[in-house]
Amino acid sequence: MANSYDIIVIGSGPGGYVTAIRAAQLGFKTAIVEREHLGGICLNWGCIPTKALLRSAEIYHYATHAKDYGLSIEGKVTYDPSAIVKRSRGVSTQLNNGIGFLMKKNKIDVIWGEANISKVGEVTVTATKKPAMQPQVPPPKGTLGEGTYQAKHIIVATGARPRALPGIEPDGKLIWTYFEAMVPPAMPKSIVVMGSGAIGIEFASFYRTFGVEVTVVEVLPQILPVEDAEISALARKRFEKQGIKIMTSTKVTKVEKGANDVTCTVEDEKGNKQTIKAERLISAVGVVGNVENLGLEKLGVKIERGCVVTDGLGKTNVAGIYAIGDVAGPPMLAHKAEHEGSLCVEAIKGLHVHAMDKAMIPGCTYCHPQVASVGLTEAKAKEQGLSIKVGRFPFIGNGKAIALGEPEGLVKTIFDAKTGKLLGAHMIGAEVTELIQGFVIAMNCETTEEELMHTVFPHPTLSEMMHESVLDAYGRVIHM
Amino acid sequence: MPINILMPALSPTMEKGNLARWVKKEGDKIKSGDVIAEIETDKATMEVEAIDEGVIAKILVPEGTQDVPVNQLIAIVAGEGEDAKAVAASGGAAAPAPKAAAPAPAAAPEAPKAQPAAAAAPAPAAAPAPAPAAKPAGEKVFASPLAKRLAKEAGLDLASIAGTGPHGRIVERDVKAAQAGGGAKAAPAAAKPGAPALAPGMSDETIKKMYAPGSFEEVPHDSMRKIIARRLVEAKQTIPHFYLSVDCNLTALLAAREAINAAAPKNKEKQPLYKVSVNDFVIKALGMALQRVPEANVTYTENTMLKHTTSDIGVAVSIPGGLITPVVRNVQTKGLAAISNEMKDYAARARARKLKPEEYQGGTSAVSNLGMFGIKNFSAVINPPHATILAVGTGEERVIVEKGQMKVATMMSVTLSTDHRAVDGALGAELISAFKDLIENPVSMLV
Repeated sequence: MANSYDIIVIGSGPGGYVTAIRAAQLGFKTAIVEREHLGGICLNWGCIPTKALLRSAEIYHYATHAKDYGLSIEGKVTYDPSAIVKRSRGVSTQLNNGIGFLMKKNKIDVIWGEANISKVGEVTVTATKKPAMQPQVPPPKGTLGEGTYQAKHIIVATGARPRALPGIEPDGKLIWTYFEAMVPPAMPKSIVVMGSGAIGIEFASFYRTFGVEVTVVEVLPQILPVEDAEISALARKRFEKQGIKIMTSTKVTKVEKGANDVTCTVEDEKGNKQTIKAERLISAVGVVGNVENLGLEKLGVKIERGCVVTDGLGKTNVAGIYAIGDVAGPPMLAHKAEHEGSLCVEAIKGLHVHAMDKAMIPGCTYCHPQVASVGLTEAKAKEQGLSIKVGRFPFIGNGKAIALGEPEGLVKTIFDAKTGKLLGAHMIGAEVTELIQGFVIAMNCETTEEELMHTVFPHPTLSEMMHESVLDAYGRVIHM
Repeated sequence: MPINILMPALSPTMEKGNLARWVKKEGDKIKSGDVIAEIETDKATMEVEAIDEGVIAKILVPEGTQDVPVNQLIAIVAGEGEDAKAVAASGGAAAPAPKAAAPAPAAAPEAPKAQPAAAAAPAPAAAPAPAPAAKPAGEKVFASPLAKRLAKEAGLDLASIAGTGPHGRIVERDVKAAQAGGGAKAAPAAAKPGAPALAPGMSDETIKKMYAPGSFEEVPHDSMRKIIARRLVEAKQTIPHFYLSVDCNLTALLAAREAINAAAPKNKEKQPLYKVSVNDFVIKALGMALQRVPEANVTYTENTMLKHTTSDIGVAVSIPGGLITPVVRNVQTKGLAAISNEMKDYAARARARKLKPEEYQGGTSAVSNLGMFGIKNFSAVINPPHATILAVGTGEERVIVEKGQMKVATMMSVTLSTDHRAVDGALGAELISAFKDLIENPVSMLV
């Protein structure tokens, strides 16, 4: 049957399209349903375009600090917001087209429209109702359209969307979400960023680099709340040095909109109130799963706290319906979604797989300085009653860091004192988002401190700090 | 493809051995069945036979090397049509073919060659080696570094844990599951070999501090010492022992022995073909007693009782640095002369550490005789998987009372140590009574 598949994946974000490709590799006849843009938020309005923006910010930063490297630039270094945005959109377009190519290569049918699981084994696709964010890449050629499609296995990979706080709902004009923050028509003079997770901090960093007055308001006692407290404190110090105003243990209680500004009333934990006036407010208070309008409730699929409940391998409580990625619960990260999707179809295939260990999912924040981590924070490890060994190595002790002109940062490692198991690694500083994977591999291979100590790290690299941090945990640090 | 010759495991407990001698040299042609090297362990010297044909391209472990770990690459053989030099340079097969070498006993076990032709007994079947755990002995166990360390700390044997990681690798969760579910056996080589005998918490350092530095010499345990320590701690900790002692009157036995030895036929050199000892009578008597009380000829396992049909008696042989118990099989069917000659051969080969694993594994009971040291009576530790062990004291003249009259007789005290899980008190008493009856009436051993 033409409209009949082994697997239909709903949503073509990083979770969905990787799931579809893995399914096709395993020999399943596979289709993917997308209503807006191949590659989903990650590729079109998230991970990727923000990295493009932050790259512009980084180069701007270097250009304005050219003198530090013995260079001089004639005249003033300036920027053009629309050109920066255009570059960022171009990156997304290129990758979006790439997904179209990958679908074609793997013989995965792309069905354009909104999916509804009309019954177990059947997906009804109707024309997209949701107005797309602009600019938008058009759907690839040769997609299938509205209709009813059969599939033995239906995998929901619909992702998530920005959470809206009541009374502070984003309006796209004065109160932005990441969508609007990513395509500013012009640089605002000032912004308030509500929420200091990865999204909030990356925008704070981006706008601050271009001279915008930035205030970050965080309800929890530390910025980057999931990170190790020590790393978070170091980040805060650097941000404040850059001129970002940071208010922790503080919440935005009221927002009054003016003609071209907002007045935010904030209240700290002691009940002290004050108002902050800014041109824009970026709401970055997390994301919620896209569980609605898919027919899940009707089929009795269990949903808790806005996410589909699964068994860790994507299986829901209803046979034949699976969920992976953001919609299947935290951590809401693209790489988690990709891996979860692969595991899901491998389990369907009957391959022997284990649910992923969420303690080994790394997290990266691409602010300046970068922050990256995996595993338990020091506080969490202590909370679990583990006896630990902590190693620290600062960038100032690393030759490559000095040569790069990036002497600020820290690599921190946490080991189980009893077994030598690497429990966590936390880093702040230049390029740490590229370094963290070394520790992720170490954790997945279940190395102990011994193997890490016996590993030869190339010189001169920033990675030597990873080695030194491990050595430090066992009192053997060399360059400190 | 070049064939890798790996250090073979001669027994399930073997971890390393010494490469005693290379029988073949580099460049020698070998064919299946050729002895290529001799490997020495704590207990035996074994010949390594080739399984494939080829030319020895390179010898990687020189002879005389001590403590070569099992599965270490010891030599590379160039296969048919391969250039030995190129193979030698290549460093071996990319994917090791670990079964390139087999210890001789792994090939069809044959009757001990020393078996005297006179013995009318059927060739003893080699007792099966103790069941290996999850992995065949000697096969490399793949485990993550963390899993290895956790298993070591928990005293678990990695070989008994099923791996669920990539390619069946044992990972942290497997060790934790084994710990939680008790799915794994205790490690044969515990983290601190020999240490289990000590009160927990007494580390090597703590013990050493009790003695003045320099007042002792520290000798690392060899693997025999480790195995003795582990097995006997295991025996004393897991087997509820109880002890039954009787005195046996040897008067009739000694007379019979004299008569038997005097009647021994002589060979061309006028040497008697056998010389039966008291201990040979003891072995025979115990073997027969087990046939008379078959409920005591058993082995206790976690779920079942193994009721043995044959009387296979282990006999403790003291050798420098330890002891070993070769097993005389089918004692119930063997004559004293056969037992005697078999024991002489075993004892000689045990001292030369040339016993094969199947010659000292298994058995249903055992004899430990310290009579030659003048020991009057003692209790022995059961050697698992046996259910009993008979400790034999010296034969000495004692004053005994018989029908109200004092009398001098040669007496021998014996003590049966018994695994109460397998053999209860009355049954044990029945067994030792049967033994006493046989020893005191040696003629009854003829039937």
